[in-house]
Amino acid sequence: MAETRTTQLPQLIRSKEQEILAEWLTLQNASAASRRDLISDSELRQQSLEFLSGLCTAIGESDRFEPNARIWQPVRDLLTHVSGSRARQGFSPSETATFVFSLRQPLFTLLQKSIPDKETLAREAWTMTSLLDQLGLFTTEMHQKSREAVILRQQQEMLELSTPVVTLWTGILALPLIGTLDSARTQVVMENLLQRIVETGASIAILDITGVPTVDTLVAQHLLKTVAAARLMGADCVISGIRPQIAQTIVHLGVDLNTVTTKATLADAFAVALKRVGLAVMKPTA
Amino acid sequence: MERIPILKMGDCLLVSIQVDMHDRLAMQLQDDLTARIAETAARGVLIDISALEMVDSFIGRMLGNIAAMSRVLDAQTVVVGMRPAVAITLVELGMSLPGVRTALNVEKGMELLATSMGAAAGADGHGTAFD
Repeated sequence: MAETRTTQLPQLIRSKEQEILAEWLTLQNASAASRRDLISDSELRQQSLEFLSGLCTAIGESDRFEPNARIWQPVRDLLTHVSGSRARQGFSPSETATFVFSLRQPLFTLLQKSIPDKETLAREAWTMTSLLDQLGLFTTEMHQKSREAVILRQQQEMLELSTPVVTLWTGILALPLIGTLDSARTQVVMENLLQRIVETGASIAILDITGVPTVDTLVAQHLLKTVAAARLMGADCVISGIRPQIAQTIVHLGVDLNTVTTKATLADAFAVALKRVGLAVMKPTA
Repeated sequence: MERIPILKMGDCLLVSIQVDMHDRLAMQLQDDLTARIAETAARGVLIDISALEMVDSFIGRMLGNIAAMSRVLDAQTVVVGMRPAVAITLVELGMSLPGVRTALNVEKGMELLATSMGAAAGADGHGTAFD
């Protein structure tokens, strides 16, 4: 914007703050995007009030929203907080952006009432609209970011949940793998397994792939890497839970599993493991 | 110049790497160890790397070489005490040390050596000093 004349918006807003606030709140509540089931009236009122006063202070200095300018810091923080909390509460992006966009109407009414000169009115309205657009976009972006943060956290939690290492017997570990094995998960699996080998002094580990839907060359390579790492720590590995379909795939792909003991079921693998550590399961003699 | 000590215990040679391995030290160890095996007619070599925090491909290859050389001199090598991070690094470097036997700690490594040396001695037909 080329014009350098300062806007009258701050003075106008300050003088009619209560009226604007009331109209804005009514609009927010009346709009189709209002979620009164998710947010309380007092909280909404508090947020609106803070936004309005922060906006006033900031426009006094500059009538363009500069995301990095210090004067916009309070407004930015507030919007980040509002969109973050709304993202967690389950607001949609447009419902969140409505918070900012619904302010447009009360401000326009205010300008219309207080500025008789048409040219000034148009200029002020333009300033106000473009400013609110920028703020609205910023809000949407923040909303998106906090949603992404939630997704990332869930992914990490899933990663941790899905790779347990269980002790079947003294010196025998089992690793029931569930879901597709990608490099990130293999890394976690490997680290968990090796850590547990150190802690328990286990000499044999069973990797059970019953829960792995598909085995391609990459997954097989990841499995072999895990086996190799465990071997370097002095623990033998047995791979179990290989379904007939997967056995066929492995052979068709030409994956070499000759260096590892493989068994069809976890029970078979456990029997092998018991034998290796020199134990046997017997029926009690009656 | 610093050296890694090689201790003799019965039929076995014990090497415990307690310092950061650099390339020259590794070469020195290779020389010393092969000389000691030939000199003492040792049947087993145990290398403890539990204090080793970092490895590179050179050290990895050196471990493999030592194992191969010992085998030529009719001694079995067991590498013990590898840390999880080291194991992962070696695997990621594509070095799974196929010719090297491994154990979790010194105790298990000695057990492993004792059993395999016992078996080898039995096959050779002469007695073993290891019980």
